[in-house]
Amino acid sequence: MIDYQHKPLPSKVSKLGLIMLVVGALGIGLSFVVDSHRAMFNYLIMYMFVLSIGLGSLGLVALEYLAGASWSTPFRRVSEFLASVLPLLIILVIPLLFGIHDLFHWSHPEAVEHDAILQSKEPYLNVPFFLIRVGVTYVLWLGFYYIFIRNSRKQDTTKDPKLTRTSGKFAALFAPIFMITITIAAIDFIMSLEPHWFSTMFGVYYFAGTVLAAFASLTFISVLLKQNGYLSSRISNSHFYSMGVLMFAFNVFWAYIGFSQFMLIWYADIPEETFWFIQRAEGSWLYFSYGLVLLHFIIPFLVLIPRSVKTNLQRLKIMAVWLLAAHYYDLYWMIMPVYSKEGVLFGWIEIMYPIAAVGLIRTMFTMQANKHNLMPIGDPKLESGLNFHLN
Amino acid sequence: MIKKLKELYIKADNEMGIDPRSDEVYAVAGLFDTPNEIIIAADKVSSSAYKDFDVHTPYPVHGLDDAMKLKPTKLGYFSFLFGLIGTISALVMIGWMSGIDYTSIVGGKPFFTIPPAIPITFELTVLFSGLVTVGVMMFLFNKLPWTNNPLMDTEYMKRVSSDKFGVIIKASDEKFNKEEAINYLKSLGSKDVSVIDKFKLREGNTRAPIFEKKFISALAATAIIAALGTYVTLNWLLFQDPFNFMWEQQKVTPQQPSEFFSDGFSVRTPPEGTVMRGFIPYEYKGLPDSMVKFLSNPLPVTQTVLDKGKTRYDTYCSPCHGYYGDGDSRLRGQFPNPPTIHSEKVRNWVDGNIYHVITNGQNVMPSYASQITREDRRAIVHYIRVLQRAKNATDEDLGITGKDTTGTQKNTQDTTTQNQPDTTK
Repeated sequence: MIDYQHKPLPSKVSKLGLIMLVVGALGIGLSFVVDSHRAMFNYLIMYMFVLSIGLGSLGLVALEYLAGASWSTPFRRVSEFLASVLPLLIILVIPLLFGIHDLFHWSHPEAVEHDAILQSKEPYLNVPFFLIRVGVTYVLWLGFYYIFIRNSRKQDTTKDPKLTRTSGKFAALFAPIFMITITIAAIDFIMSLEPHWFSTMFGVYYFAGTVLAAFASLTFISVLLKQNGYLSSRISNSHFYSMGVLMFAFNVFWAYIGFSQFMLIWYADIPEETFWFIQRAEGSWLYFSYGLVLLHFIIPFLVLIPRSVKTNLQRLKIMAVWLLAAHYYDLYWMIMPVYSKEGVLFGWIEIMYPIAAVGLIRTMFTMQANKHNLMPIGDPKLESGLNFHLN
Repeated sequence: MIKKLKELYIKADNEMGIDPRSDEVYAVAGLFDTPNEIIIAADKVSSSAYKDFDVHTPYPVHGLDDAMKLKPTKLGYFSFLFGLIGTISALVMIGWMSGIDYTSIVGGKPFFTIPPAIPITFELTVLFSGLVTVGVMMFLFNKLPWTNNPLMDTEYMKRVSSDKFGVIIKASDEKFNKEEAINYLKSLGSKDVSVIDKFKLREGNTRAPIFEKKFISALAATAIIAALGTYVTLNWLLFQDPFNFMWEQQKVTPQQPSEFFSDGFSVRTPPEGTVMRGFIPYEYKGLPDSMVKFLSNPLPVTQTVLDKGKTRYDTYCSPCHGYYGDGDSRLRGQFPNPPTIHSEKVRNWVDGNIYHVITNGQNVMPSYASQITREDRRAIVHYIRVLQRAKNATDEDLGITGKDTTGTQKNTQDTTTQNQPDTTK
């Protein structure tokens, strides 16, 4: 039997989330008054971070249906709740659309006029088409989000196994759409900051970081919920070990993609490609780039190798937070050098945005968790998922 | 066939009254019917005084590791250690090969640098740790090839590899007692308990089968056939129809006329009036010396320019003119020796005149315009001035160097270079 009983999360969790959100939001507001250009770039980093977690979690939900996985079924709700930031992103994207001229060089007609490269990229990089792409990708994400969520919640009461099959079909449809839309998002919001630069791997690079962030947040929250007894007691170390392995794997995948992108450009040594990396290798950005390799790959790689880390919930939790922070660091590394070419910028403005992002996700999660079951109790795969043992 | 052979052996053994098993007990084995029963049994045995036991199942049963209270395998340490060795050996190998032993410039990159080494490092790490993991698992942990495992050829093994689950308690256990172990397994609920004896060592042929004459000759024959096959394939077969399609290509090979162009040439003559990219015509080509008297050398006199001039001079000019411009050809009379460049006449030439001779050629000397770039020719002119000054140094010049007259040629040259007044302009 499934020994799960729905109980709301303690009020201090949602209170703290709300405090972080309010403090962060106030900080963001203030930063726009102080230095709106710098604030806009920070806002973009935060937006891409929230998008990573929301969209990545939706991808994990779809992946579970698609692969017919049962071990992750007990945690699917965590990913579903995390994906609930997706509808909010429609509001969050509005400041970016207003700041389009602050962010994107290609959006200035007078710049395009004297630039042969931008002229030939103009059929793709123009404001109306940009808005259309943003709109279409949001419609797709939200459409699939509501399909998966509705089916999953309906199943809690009806316990209808057919809903799992229906979601599986939609997941098959979503898989290619997910890859294409996330590539478009990465190209539009990050790569086009340097409209002269291009890398065909860029979409995959952002995707790797996204899935990593989704796994890390899933692991962190699942461990917390399990430690405080909000999930079934039958969830074992095998489940968390698997999450640790997946985090490890996607961290290596991120490094693989990141390195492949770097090495091809480094080897070919074509100025139209190399300048992006040269920008990140000048002044203090060089040490920041070394830091990315160290903090995002080498340390988590070595720490996550032993089995003892992946089966120890406390250590796993720390590594999940570490990787989330590393993902934010990665986004900062991708976006900020475009604004601050002289060197790394760090001040109170840069601190406010992650606080706001965490507060936002936390608030959305607790709201969802208090309304709905933390485990999909109607899912036919839940029983076998709880029985999951690696040995 | 193996089955038949085995039957023959057993038959022969039986006829001769030989029992392959000794009286020495290897283990007591008990069979169980369901996976649940075996998990309960394994749990009980592992909690009992018996430490040396094993469990056999026809398929992996989840939860059995926990029930047997197995410690996590140590295999990971081997994988990690050898992965690390792979990483280090790859880096050392590439560092030595491309950085020390066989340096060659690729795309203007440093000889040894990390990015191109990463893929190879990755491959070698995976290779080392993968091979060692499989090898250690098979040969160290699973003790393969263990050809006389007493469990082989037993009814117990037949059952646990098809439809039953079994526990054995080994005689090597400290607490082992045959009767007690039998009773203990029965008390756990086993319906079929058997005693398994060790194999008797066969007398007579005790040589390891790997050194049998037959095996060795088979191995040698295989090696010879493989080597011959490879040789014939690579040296004969690949040159026969139709395998030679890569040999016979639609291209022009040296000393062969082109079949594609009607004139038989493979290289096309550029259309008349074509100018090579970056080409700047030399306006005084073929004109007498008197026309170039006003040409000066636009290159500055710096150490870099003079160093460049020296290497170019040593490469292109010194074979005939000699390293110090004395006209002492190293070609030992294959060409007429040129006059020295330290003559009054050449020393009084303007830079443009020397440049003109290099570009245009003079008497026997051909034009070097196609071999030496314009910049390099100008650097050579500067270097020739250095040689001339060094050869015809005055006492005053020696005073500048601050050294006595016994100073070596090289020293004089270098310092002269640095202190040379701008007579060349």
